[in-house]
Amino acid sequence: MSYIAKPKVSHPSVPRNELGLFKRDYEGVVSTLCAGCGHDSVTAAIIQAVFELGIEPHKLCKMSGIGCSSKTPAYFLSQSHGFNSVHGRMPSVTTGANAANSDLTYIGVSGDGDSLSIGMGQFAHVIRRNLDMCYIMENNGVYGLTKGQYSATADVGTTAKKGPANKQMPIDPVSIAIGLGATYIARGFSGAKEQLVPLIKGAIMHKGFALLDVISPCVTFNDHEGSTKSYAHTREHFHQVINADFVPPSEEIVAAYEEGNTMPIRLHDGSKIVFRRVDKDYDPTSRAAAFTFLRDSVNAGEIITGLLYIDEETGDMHDLSGSIETPLSKIPYEELNPGAEELANLMDRYR
Amino acid sequence: MSRVNDVVIKVATVNGTGSASANGLLMKSIFRMGIPVVGKNFFPSNIQGLPTWYEVRVTADGHQARADRIDIMVAMNAQTYAKDMAEVVSGGWLIYDSTWPRNKLLNRQDITVLGIPLSGMCNERFDGVRARILMKNIAYVGALAALLEIDLDVIKTLLEQTFASKQHMVASNLEAIMLGYDYAREHFDCPLPPHLEPMDKTKGHIIVDGNTAAGLGCVYAGATVGAWYPITPSTSVMDAYKAFCKQYRMDEETGGKKFCIIQAEDEMAAIGIVLGATWNGARAFTPTSGPGISLMSEFIGFAYYAELPAVIFDVQRTGPSTGMPTRTQQCDLLSCAYASHGDTRHVLLFPANPEECFYMTVNAFDLADRLQTPVMILSDIDIGMNDWMCPDLKWDENYKPDRGKVLNAEQVESMEKFYRYLDVDGDGIPYRTLPGEHPKGAFFTRGSGHNKYGAYTEDSDEYQDVVDRLLVKWETARKIVPEPEIKYSKFNKTAIVSLGSCDGAVKEALALLKEQNIGLNYCRVKAFPIGDAVRDFIDKHDQVYVVEQNRDAQLRSLLMLDAGIPQTKLEPILHYDGMPLNASFVVGRVLTDVAKGRAA
Repeated sequence: MSYIAKPKVSHPSVPRNELGLFKRDYEGVVSTLCAGCGHDSVTAAIIQAVFELGIEPHKLCKMSGIGCSSKTPAYFLSQSHGFNSVHGRMPSVTTGANAANSDLTYIGVSGDGDSLSIGMGQFAHVIRRNLDMCYIMENNGVYGLTKGQYSATADVGTTAKKGPANKQMPIDPVSIAIGLGATYIARGFSGAKEQLVPLIKGAIMHKGFALLDVISPCVTFNDHEGSTKSYAHTREHFHQVINADFVPPSEEIVAAYEEGNTMPIRLHDGSKIVFRRVDKDYDPTSRAAAFTFLRDSVNAGEIITGLLYIDEETGDMHDLSGSIETPLSKIPYEELNPGAEELANLMDRYR
Repeated sequence: MSRVNDVVIKVATVNGTGSASANGLLMKSIFRMGIPVVGKNFFPSNIQGLPTWYEVRVTADGHQARADRIDIMVAMNAQTYAKDMAEVVSGGWLIYDSTWPRNKLLNRQDITVLGIPLSGMCNERFDGVRARILMKNIAYVGALAALLEIDLDVIKTLLEQTFASKQHMVASNLEAIMLGYDYAREHFDCPLPPHLEPMDKTKGHIIVDGNTAAGLGCVYAGATVGAWYPITPSTSVMDAYKAFCKQYRMDEETGGKKFCIIQAEDEMAAIGIVLGATWNGARAFTPTSGPGISLMSEFIGFAYYAELPAVIFDVQRTGPSTGMPTRTQQCDLLSCAYASHGDTRHVLLFPANPEECFYMTVNAFDLADRLQTPVMILSDIDIGMNDWMCPDLKWDENYKPDRGKVLNAEQVESMEKFYRYLDVDGDGIPYRTLPGEHPKGAFFTRGSGHNKYGAYTEDSDEYQDVVDRLLVKWETARKIVPEPEIKYSKFNKTAIVSLGSCDGAVKEALALLKEQNIGLNYCRVKAFPIGDAVRDFIDKHDQVYVVEQNRDAQLRSLLMLDAGIPQTKLEPILHYDGMPLNASFVVGRVLTDVAKGRAA
């Protein structure tokens, strides 16, 4: 991981966001990933999305586990606190962080190796808690840092650079998330930034657990012919089927959407996700429909992308457990301590 | 053999038959008569149907350990009858349920056997299988009340308080008490030679278990996030925290909770949740037992290196592996002290009783925040789950939590640049910032190699600089962890060093040895790292017995490793059969050595 800082100088004509910050203010140190790595495109999309949302950098936390994907939080938002934890356990750390302070924005970056093997349990349970976070899974089908072993998302029949084709069934994070009750489920492609940025914005603004599975090819170990996670294969089978735009609260929906073919969904803060549907019958608020659609696409060999499912009704972890609104870490100690008199009274219970 | 307020009663029952409430009633009645009492529960890792025992030691002298003898056995379990009968001291008593004929082949001429038709009487008086089983147990309490002269009014008041909302329960329980009581009065010479007389020695005291006290300590320390995965014998720490939070931590206006309890998917997640919460400024804790420590180890090492506070309770049970989950040991000292791969060492606290569980819990949160490192409280099943008589817990209103070196937004603003791991004060403790406070305070928390500025590094000097500074912090820890308890008798060159729940038995042993003109000095270690006071104490002695409850002399190892004490000076006295230590075990070992001319 590099710690080379980028220069912060910006030309006066460069656009600022509503906080008066430049995009540069949302960047991190220079990436040390391989040239052409899909993860760097995801990093760029995160920077773009957070810049456009106008989130104060220090009000956001960057969480990760172990692996190439988990290194990337160093490459964006250097004015945000980051927590690079242990393998597969970013979800638990984020759970604790959010438990302590629900006022901050949490972006977790993980990979298929980090999330779906050792991290499978934590991935499943953070969904069950509906933790308010944006969970980006940079999915390339291999372990990059240990030089190209298959991961749990490797498709049947995909080949490594050397050796036989994979025979084990892959774990599809999107199918898993639908089954476990995730409340915002999307898939993107690192090579399609226009689609990716609004998906990230929606995932950040969604109150509850948002999964964004991003096909992000590994140029060094999994971008060859025969791989089903290569740029070429993804481009060929990529279907941008359920398009969604993110509209902040301050803006009216003015885009020329075709009547009857759009569906706006209001998020908790007043912003909206507007679905532009390719298939008129698709209902992004139906978990059953999303699951059927997804499995049909897998059988057809398609990589469908877009916002597949959203549920703005289910409360997040704090709603479910009935926490007070004030972040727990901000409650003064005096309010937490019952005091000497209460303790003296309590003693009678134990006589 | 007429003894007053010095008797040991053991009740053998089948678990899941309600005997716990009967035994609780027995113990609390004695306590309310003003007589010091020790209760030890020996239960199986099972919900229903296996043998379970409860030992009540009535001790006018206020000893805290179990005794080495059973005066009165209440043998309610046919399955263990032979073993239970064998355990009674010569001249003692055995009470059994005479509804059914007992095995005449099993008999002892040196004890008195008292048969009471407990089941028969209860079957006649109560309806329903469940009620009959429960009341049979209450009835033996009634019989003991007659045989020992336990005040019936005390029992009655207790029942009224226990079943305040269920009046019919008061009546039926009292009826069962009287069945046993009247039968005993009618058929035996009451009271027995060992009996009870009211005292005033329990005033200002409570009876409480260590896990309840620890859970209460978490509330008083201001902990707001508790994460856990259920494991015996630590579960009741979280049960207590939850109950106290419901009592003290609900927002009056909104009904919102000023706490967040997360039942994690496993111990690895539980400690991850704790670290996320403390990183973000909350006080957070997790209760577990040995297997949980094994699972948490990787994250504990992370917290050591990334320097995050955490409070971890290890209510120890016997190992290795699953071991005997409901039996006690002090077997996790080494695995906690050096948990995780790489060079790590962790602050440990060793409470000796529930009272210390409360105060040390509060102290643990202060130490964790001050030192920015995990602090583990090593209690055990004996302290955690048994009821102990303790002085009333008191709260000092002047207490202010020590949140350690946390910079606020203003302080960060006034700095030119903030660096996470600089040793500004020379005590090895760097300053930290919390997320959400100030953009200049941002840093990247990582378990990978980092330099003192908080940046990633693979540079040898930069790496070593940080791990060496952590040793400076370790020396700071050594100065601020709790001091040992030291007691000099008639000063000589031999001493006992011990820890935790051994305390009661060791102190009783010291008194017994003194009666034989063997005066040993005593040092109870309360924390790791080993403070200078412990080292100085050991330095003054030629020979030191290290009394602990594990096979491998783990405290002795810590004394050697961390305080540089020569192995030859430390003579282990090891008790590790899963039962709490008693005084005679220690006395026996010391006397054996004396006979060999090696001690005192």
